[in-house]
Amino acid sequence: MENIENLNNEQLMTEEFVINIGPQHPATHGVLRVEVTLDGETVKDILPHLGYIHRGIEKMSEHMGYKQSIYLTSRMDYLSAHINNHACSLLIEKACGIEVPERAKAIRLIMDELQRLTSHQLWWGSCAMDIGAVTPFFVGFRDRERILDLFEANTGNRLTMNYIVPGGVMRDVLPNFVSDVRDVIDEVKSNFKDYTKLITGNFIFRHRTQGVGYLTKESAISLGCTGPVARASGVQCDIRKLYPYDGYDKLDFKEITDPGCDSWARYFVRMEEMKQSIHIIEQLLENFPEGESRTKLKGVLRVPAGEYYQRVETARGELGVFMVSDGSTKPYRLKYRTPCFSNLGAVTAIGKGLKIADLMATMATIDLIVPDIDR
Amino acid sequence: MISMIQYSDITSLIHQTLSASLSPVATQITEIILSALLAFIVMIVCVIIMVYMERKVAGFMQMRLGPNRVGPFGTFQVFADVLKLLLKESFTPNSADKFMFNLAPCIVLMVTLMALAPISWGPGLVMWDSNIGILFITAITSLSVIGILMAGWSSNNKYSLLGAMRSGAQIVSYELSAGLAIVTAVILSGTISSVGMVESQADGWWILKGHIPAMIAFLTYVISSTAECNRAPFDLAEAESELTAGYHTEYSGMKFGIFYLNEYINMGVVSIVASTLFLGGWMPLHLPFNNEYIQLFNHLMDFIPSWIWLFGKMFMIIFFMMWFRWTLPRLRIDQLLKLEWKYLLPINICNLILATAISIFGWHL
Repeated sequence: MENIENLNNEQLMTEEFVINIGPQHPATHGVLRVEVTLDGETVKDILPHLGYIHRGIEKMSEHMGYKQSIYLTSRMDYLSAHINNHACSLLIEKACGIEVPERAKAIRLIMDELQRLTSHQLWWGSCAMDIGAVTPFFVGFRDRERILDLFEANTGNRLTMNYIVPGGVMRDVLPNFVSDVRDVIDEVKSNFKDYTKLITGNFIFRHRTQGVGYLTKESAISLGCTGPVARASGVQCDIRKLYPYDGYDKLDFKEITDPGCDSWARYFVRMEEMKQSIHIIEQLLENFPEGESRTKLKGVLRVPAGEYYQRVETARGELGVFMVSDGSTKPYRLKYRTPCFSNLGAVTAIGKGLKIADLMATMATIDLIVPDIDR
Repeated sequence: MISMIQYSDITSLIHQTLSASLSPVATQITEIILSALLAFIVMIVCVIIMVYMERKVAGFMQMRLGPNRVGPFGTFQVFADVLKLLLKESFTPNSADKFMFNLAPCIVLMVTLMALAPISWGPGLVMWDSNIGILFITAITSLSVIGILMAGWSSNNKYSLLGAMRSGAQIVSYELSAGLAIVTAVILSGTISSVGMVESQADGWWILKGHIPAMIAFLTYVISSTAECNRAPFDLAEAESELTAGYHTEYSGMKFGIFYLNEYINMGVVSIVASTLFLGGWMPLHLPFNNEYIQLFNHLMDFIPSWIWLFGKMFMIIFFMMWFRWTLPRLRIDQLLKLEWKYLLPINICNLILATAISIFGWHL
């Protein structure tokens, strides 16, 4: 038998191999397929394949009235349904010059920020689960559940709310809305210590995220990353600050950025954003306006011919809606610029050279929602 | 120890009855089969308790109820699950190496069960009173990596292969610090027979008598045996979020069930070994001081049966392992190996020197 040291690589047959992570895999949280070339444990190449959950929302919208197509957007980023609806409503209001009552604006912002909280809570749980801890998932869900109950009571739905409509909100909130939200917010605030105890202060978690998944500021900008992913690379891109809508400019809140660029920075930015969301909600609750919650609109809207664009900050980044109208009752063309589609590019940029376990951790901190990528 | 039941009376009675009617060889074989069956049944009962306990502990830590539908407080849930596994198809993939694929779970289970042989279950109750009992356990538990590698390789699945390779690196590395921790206890007690090990703790457990080195060795043993059992935070071999199910991705039905069973039996074995080495096995809590009241306390402790002591210690260590699993995130493979080679192993070697010094100069209690 030959001495093993005399064998070269060809005889030993060491070669890279390709594994398909997804479309059915616990780490992808949906039907995303990532083709990963591995050299042992090290990732050599990443190729994401899209389209497994493409439903043609943009094309379907061309055959629907302006008010109807909003309901499809709840199914894009299902964890930011309120904010997606908000984007479309803002666009139509801008195009038709509709004034929205102050009360409706306040309700919308509260709902948006609550939605951001639920989204980040779920992300927190699933991120920890991707890194191997199962318990945080339940802690995250416990707090999320309280907010979802609030949504259910006020909007009738828990996941796809379809509550924010052009001209305001679908129906007024319950009379005890303000005190309910206060209770929930207090509970969420007091539960933050669990988050710190379980994950933020955890030695293993810090070692798994710090210095891992480095996304430079330049590549974050060139890939078009937005939201917490870009802000964790030091890019100031909060639409709520840059292009305020519905009165974000009157509120006092900080745009969280972190120059860390790694998975830990992305984690940190989201955790701080949750605190900022609570701060925003508290301000809105202090002087919650009375009055109408919806401007009466015609049954079928006609948007003047032209091109319109509106952007909002969802829990994952910038959602842009581009609409071409020919003056009829249906949009001529509707295009969504979704945050997860652009953020997916970061996976490819970050992932090369990482260990496979770190790829999962990085994908978890980028927080991809697959239906938002495919639409 | 004086007031405890001596199981040797019962065993010698059985031996006399058997040898009265059978030839010596037949007696030997019958005794081996009987004792093996008994140990297996005891372990199966422990596994049933452990699985139920794991679910309840997990439920408690995750603000859930855990199983509460099948039977009183969900106690029959385990039986329902086993029944489900038995009824499921034991699928063998077409491209798998069928012989190895089916052999792997058997090897894994067999190896773990073999480690039960030299364990001292109670006063005078031991299957194989070998003078190299502890050595046998260390030798045999490191064999389980062969079964896992076989499972990963023969499945012909890339996830399985990755999981098996990780497991190989992990078990081989952590075997070292587990071994060194055992050697620390061996140096302190001066015996490698498991019966002798337990009896050397009649005047106090090693974790009390051997103070600093024994405590360090106990901690490193618990950490490295958690890694050897492939339990979180060292569950890289099955790393659910990375490798779907690691080395047993392709296994279904009862073949998967055997891997599952093995994980729990393995937990039981390492906790029994840990309690034998450091917590006195079945030995009651005796404090190593010559004081009137402490003597009385030591005497009172003898009234608690030995099996309560052994299984109490075992389930306490198992509870700690469950606690780890449901709180900690998973390590990465290089961090796992770094922890072993850069921290645990040097600490263990220093600890071994310390233990040797303490043992030579008689500084232990």
